Amino acid sequence: MTNDTINSVTSILRTAHKEVLNEWIEQLLKDPNRTQAVPESSLRTSTREFYDLFQEASKNGNLEVSSSDWDPVRNMLTELSAGRAMQGSTPSETANFIFSLKQPLFTRITKELGNSSTQVAATLLEFSKLIDTLGLYTFESFQKTREAVIRRQQKDMLEMSTPVIKLWEGVVAVPLIGTLDSARTQIVMESLLQAIVETSSRIAILDITGVPTVDTQTAQHLIKTVSATRLMGADCIISGIRPQIAQTIVHLGIDIYDIPTKATMSDAIKEAMERTGFKIIRDFASEKDR
Amino acid sequence: MVERIPILKIGDTLLVTIQVDFHDRLALALQEDLTDKIVAHSSKGVLIDISALEMVDSFMGRVLGNIAKTSRLLDCHTVLVGMQPAIAITITELGISLQGIHTALTAENGMQLLNDLIKNKSQKVTYGRKIARR
Repeated sequence: MTNDTINSVTSILRTAHKEVLNEWIEQLLKDPNRTQAVPESSLRTSTREFYDLFQEASKNGNLEVSSSDWDPVRNMLTELSAGRAMQGSTPSETANFIFSLKQPLFTRITKELGNSSTQVAATLLEFSKLIDTLGLYTFESFQKTREAVIRRQQKDMLEMSTPVIKLWEGVVAVPLIGTLDSARTQIVMESLLQAIVETSSRIAILDITGVPTVDTQTAQHLIKTVSATRLMGADCIISGIRPQIAQTIVHLGIDIYDIPTKATMSDAIKEAMERTGFKIIRDFASEKDR
Repeated sequence: MVERIPILKIGDTLLVTIQVDFHDRLALALQEDLTDKIVAHSSKGVLIDISALEMVDSFMGRVLGNIAKTSRLLDCHTVLVGMQPAIAITITELGISLQGIHTALTAENGMQLLNDLIKNKSQKVTYGRKIARR
C-alpha cells in the first residue's frame, strides 16, 4: 500500500474522529452479546483511549502490529482484556470490542476514497487485516487472564482440600474430599507426614467419606499413603468407607486387608483412643442435670 | 581406611545412628558390621536412627531391608526411627518393600517398641506395625 493511501486514512481518522467514535460506540451498545459487565461510561473511555493510540500508531504508515510503533496499543489491549476477563465479560463481547471498529471506519474509507475502487479494496484489505490481528491479540490476552484465574483457583482448591486435623494427643486425621488423583495424593502425603512429625502422632486417620468413587488407582494412592505413614513409625486407619465403596473394593479385588478400616470416623476415633490408651467414659449423672 | 558407622551396645540392644553421608560402600560395611556384632553380643534388637538421612535410593532401601532380614534370622528385631517425610515418600514411590522392619517416630518410641518386641509382647504393640506388602 502506498504512503498516499495511508496518509489519506490517517487524515480520515483525524477529521472523522468524532463520527467514527460515536458510530463505534453505537455498534458496541447494540451488540446482542453485550452483557452488563462493562458500563457505557467505561466503554466510552476505553474506545477513546484506543482510538487515540490507534491514530498515533498508524501515523507512521507502519501497519505491523508486532512492531514497536504498536507497543502502546498492545499494552492497552492487554490491560483492557485482562480487566474484562476479571469483570466477567463474555469472550465474544471482548473480541467484538475491536471488530466493531471495522464498520464505521470502513464506511468512511469507502466514502473518502470512493473514486478508485482498486485503491479502496487494497486499503480495506490492509486495515481489515490490521483490525483482525488486533482483535485476535485482544482475545488471546483475554484467554490468558482466564487461564491464570483457573490455575490460581486450582492451586487454592488443592491447598484447601487437604487439611490435617489434630484430633487428640497423638492422633491426626485427614478428611479427604473429592477425587483422589496422584497430585492430590502427593499433597495429602506431604502434609500428613509433616503433621505426624510436628505433633509426634502415632495414629493417622484417613477419612474417605468425601471421596466419590474408589477405583484401583485411588486404592493404590491410599495404600501408598498408608505405607509412607508406617515408614514414619505411625499407623494409619482408613475410615468413612460407604457400603457401595466397600462393595467396589471387593469387586475390584483390591487387597487392603492389612490396613485397619472402619465404617465411620467415630469408630476410627474410638479405635485410635484405645490404641493410645485413652478411654471415653460417659457420665450419666451430669447428663441428667441438663 | 574405610569410614565406618559406630555401633553402640546397650544391654540387649544395638544402637546405630547414621549421622554422615550414607553412601553405598558405607551401607554395605554397616550391614556386615551389624551382623558380626549381633552374633558377638547375641543382641536381641537393633535400633537404627536415620533422622539425619536426607536422601535415599533403591540400593539404600534394599540394604536396610537386608539388614532387617539378616537380623531376623539371628532372632533380632530391627526398628527404624526418625524417618523424614521426604524419605518415606521416596521409599513408597520407589516401591521398596521394607518387609520385616519395624518403624517408630522417635528414638524413645523405638526403644519402647524394641523392648516390647524382645519381651515378646508384640500382640500388645499398637504402633509401628510391620510395613505392609504393597
